[in-house]
Amino acid sequence: MPETSFVETVFVGTQPEYHYPPYVSSIARSPRKPLAMLPHTLSERTGPVFGHSLLAENDNDLTAQHEGAPIGERIIVHGRVLDEDARPVRGALVEMWQANAAGRYRHKVDQHHAPLDPNFTGCGRTITDQDGRYRFKTIKPGAYPWGNHSNAWRPAHIHFSLFGAGILSRLVTQMYFPGDPLQPFDPIFNSIADENARNRLVSRFDLDTTEPDYALAFAFDIVLRGSEEAVFEQVSR
Amino acid sequence: MRLVATASQTVGPFFYIGLGHLCNAQRSLETIPAAVHGKVLDALGVPVPDAVLELWQANTRGHYVAEPESNSGAASGFARIATDDQGCFSFNTCRPGAVPFDSEQMQAPHIVVLVFCRGLLRHLMTRMYFPDEPANDADPVLQSLPADRRRTLIASKASPDTLEWNIVLQGEDETVFFAW
Repeated sequence: MPETSFVETVFVGTQPEYHYPPYVSSIARSPRKPLAMLPHTLSERTGPVFGHSLLAENDNDLTAQHEGAPIGERIIVHGRVLDEDARPVRGALVEMWQANAAGRYRHKVDQHHAPLDPNFTGCGRTITDQDGRYRFKTIKPGAYPWGNHSNAWRPAHIHFSLFGAGILSRLVTQMYFPGDPLQPFDPIFNSIADENARNRLVSRFDLDTTEPDYALAFAFDIVLRGSEEAVFEQVSR
Repeated sequence: MRLVATASQTVGPFFYIGLGHLCNAQRSLETIPAAVHGKVLDALGVPVPDAVLELWQANTRGHYVAEPESNSGAASGFARIATDDQGCFSFNTCRPGAVPFDSEQMQAPHIVVLVFCRGLLRHLMTRMYFPDEPANDADPVLQSLPADRRRTLIASKASPDTLEWNIVLQGEDETVFFAW
């Protein structure tokens, strides 16, 4: 009989609860009935692998996707994707998206009164290398107001989406920036009860990776759930 | 040394910017496709127009094929489907073959489904099973659920060629979601 996972009980507070009333839209969209325990069968231990044919030139350079350079502070965002045993996750698809420097998203639903940048879409993707490393070049996104509560502002953030080994490794998260005064006021950031887990979503200013006269750099390592008998590494690429 | 998995955050309302490139893509699947359509609904029965589903399934022989197809760059057993302005989703697929539960038992044909949307701080995980499938009565995951909730995971036949299955995020008819 496959083992059921007890990770939920061991690492309390390191994942957000579904029902978190300070985040208003969670009230009507969170399940309230008890979650069912899911044994880890082949369905859970396997997962899709993505090929390099998905990637085009400049998919990981958001400053080079249009005719001109986007407005804003040029930054390098990089890090390692690891599993819970601190092993690198190779060949992991990393997708990211963000607002522009003014805090405006290129999306029809965002009608925030800040200008769009014709030289910025805000979408990137890459696949981790043999050391589990990824690297993006982009501009620092601006904070933006949203309707959750009066005078609500999202701290500057970049959305990240990852596929590791097996479908249970799937993660969608947000990367934040150090020294941002908005974090203590943000319900989405504060939905993570454990302070250390919350702070691990804040990137680290990385002077060593900064390129003088060109770009600042921030490091953000990501840990994915492992798969006990991952079939991931057996796939030849 | 054990590391703690990075915390989840909501996918937010603007996910299409980053995730849209793989949404609703054509896939090559064997045999006759079955069409599935449905809605994602919230606690008030209001359709969710900004949800995205991800599907993972075996092929008709009951094998999970992780390797990407050369043309799409994605495994054929994977699909990403966004809901439309009416909260509706639709996809074509083949009924997957049975997959083992453990060394003794088999599972009934099913599709692993992940649900992401604004308002969900972490994605939900569920499964879709097929109607008129005798193997459902012996499926260990289905049979582990209370009988009145089991039906929320089984699609219904809308027509000879199409299946209907709604995902209800909260309420009396709430779909079964799993902890992992």
